[in-house]
Amino acid sequence: MQELLQQLANGIAWGSIYALIALGYTMVYGILRLINFAHGDVYMVGAFAAFYLARWTGAGGAGATVGSALLVLLGAMAFCALLGVLIELLAYRPVRKSSRLTALITAIGVSLLLENLGIRIFGADPKFFPQIIPPQRVELVPGVMVTNHQITVVLVSILLLVGLTLFIHRSKTGKAMRAVAFNRDAASLMGIPVNRIITITFAIGSALAAAAGVLVGLTNPRIEPLMGIMPGIKAFVAAVLGGIGSIPGAVIGGLLMGVSEYLVVGYISSTYRDAIAFIILILVLLLKPAGLLGRNVAEKV
Amino acid sequence: MIRFRKHVIAVLCLALLIALPLGCAKKENEIVIGEYGSLTGPTATFGISTKNGIELFLDNMNAAGGIGGTKVRVIVEDDQSRPEEAATAVSKLIDQDGVVAVLGEVASSRSMAAAPICQSAGVPMITPSSTNPKVTEFGDYISRVCFIDPFQGQMIAKFAKERLSFTRGAVFRDIKNDYSVGLANYFTEAFHALGGTVISDESYSEGDQDFKAQLTVIKSKKPQFLMVPGYYTDVGLISRQAREIGLDVPMLGGDGWVSDELLEIAQGSLNGSYMVNHYWVDDPNPAIQKFVNDYRARYGGATPDGLAALAYDAAGVLVAALDRLRQEDAEAFRALQGPRNDAQKAARAKLKEFINATKDFPGVTGKITLDASRNAVKPAVFVGIKEGKYEFVAMVEP
Repeated sequence: MQELLQQLANGIAWGSIYALIALGYTMVYGILRLINFAHGDVYMVGAFAAFYLARWTGAGGAGATVGSALLVLLGAMAFCALLGVLIELLAYRPVRKSSRLTALITAIGVSLLLENLGIRIFGADPKFFPQIIPPQRVELVPGVMVTNHQITVVLVSILLLVGLTLFIHRSKTGKAMRAVAFNRDAASLMGIPVNRIITITFAIGSALAAAAGVLVGLTNPRIEPLMGIMPGIKAFVAAVLGGIGSIPGAVIGGLLMGVSEYLVVGYISSTYRDAIAFIILILVLLLKPAGLLGRNVAEKV
Repeated sequence: MIRFRKHVIAVLCLALLIALPLGCAKKENEIVIGEYGSLTGPTATFGISTKNGIELFLDNMNAAGGIGGTKVRVIVEDDQSRPEEAATAVSKLIDQDGVVAVLGEVASSRSMAAAPICQSAGVPMITPSSTNPKVTEFGDYISRVCFIDPFQGQMIAKFAKERLSFTRGAVFRDIKNDYSVGLANYFTEAFHALGGTVISDESYSEGDQDFKAQLTVIKSKKPQFLMVPGYYTDVGLISRQAREIGLDVPMLGGDGWVSDELLEIAQGSLNGSYMVNHYWVDDPNPAIQKFVNDYRARYGGATPDGLAALAYDAAGVLVAALDRLRQEDAEAFRALQGPRNDAQKAARAKLKEFINATKDFPGVTGKITLDASRNAVKPAVFVGIKEGKYEFVAMVEP
């Protein structure tokens, strides 16, 4: 029982990170019907941005405070928001009117570009993330240990999720985003600046990926330029599992991915750690192609 | 016909391209050897230490006049810590650079990717620190200057059972890594033979970020120690995460832990743990102290780790064999400086014989004698970690 609880606690913390990345996939897909395969690499850039930011500001080590950690988090998010906007402007906007396959290939190209630029700029050897919050062990219930880092991960994820939901449902921009997702042409006829809304979507999605990158640096402090590939794929599966295009779906999918990964490694074998994502993907596509919370709508092209 | 001519021209151009660097690479009075290693990637410090050790030895030797006036130059290739790149790197060294011998790799999996290439090309390869027994089984051109994993595994088991009086241990192996799997097996075998039990045997894959799922399973079995035969980047994270979920037992490991970065990554979580090393840096032996001081002077105060010391010795063994070749067969020695032809091939075969006949070579990691399987037989050193510092524990003879 203790062991199971420990696995669940760790799985939820890890799953929150998948959830944050999956949100970016889902938002972009919802609006553009584009699977942004470069998203996992934006997450990697987020982790590195935080790494260098923490170094320059001296936020790691002895001088670490909650304020400086927050500064690092927000800085990395801002940087990646900008990167997301740039990617949209330079790579996706020019091919938006072309076929979906073109957009998909472009996405893969951007992904490879970011990975290899990462190797060029940061070097191929792994870096070790500075401790921007000193680690502490917390006993949840007797025998089940988590760290303050894992608690932070879950809390920050919840905060960002609540903020995002409020933004989408309450703000004018959020309403416009939903309108664009529903029908881009009609939204445009109603006077919604579609291009600007798409840019904002990319900015928010990338900022969330950056947040995930920083949180990973906190709990699993080894970062390297190819670190985004696997989590990127898994978060994509999480988004499909939850129902791509659905925001609560992405969160549920992310958490399920994290927990099932832990259970598989803990009770079956670590060699199946990555296989589980693909088994889930196949099962979802076979049994419920729209995902858990997705609705089956006829494609209108 | 036109098409045929086009092909011929293309082939000629290609041949010219390949031949050009070969033609320019060699100088008079110079022997070119190759080294491949992980200058980047997750085990970057291994490759950098090895390169430093080799260059230190060769530069000292060249400055002192070389091998009877002949200088030795080394060409270094980076394999990015990946076995498939290691194969590409040695192929390039042999085919393009025309090296007469190869030094490398640290990681057994990468040595095993390169060894068959060296064997079939007839180019002697000395690995400074690959400890998996299979490495030298590829043939008589492959040898090593370090001890092998069965010995290392036995020593760790003996240390756990006799010195620390532990009977219940857990093993956490890197399933993708030949070195780690081999060492885990030899350790388990020896620990059982001594009357201990391995109560939990879990695995991870090199480069994983999260180990808590497996560590949780290990913790539930309540072992007295955790043996992790992995490499330092993973070990540092594993020890941190073990403490985070409350698995507070000493960890034991092999020479894959050897890196100055280990303590930095582990952030104090490795206190009370033990590892095997190839030599001890504060050994009062004057030859070792000269090596340590030379190394520090040359590389900005960095302390040479066991891998740098082994690399230094691997270069030493190769140069000693070259020197013997010069003394006993000047013709063959000259052929090594010339182009790739049958005479050179015969010379390389002779060089291999001299390497394999190495006996009582006075290295900084102990006296090196190669046995019939071309493995070095020599003692291991146990190092403990206390309050964030390494300390000498014991020296164990084979």
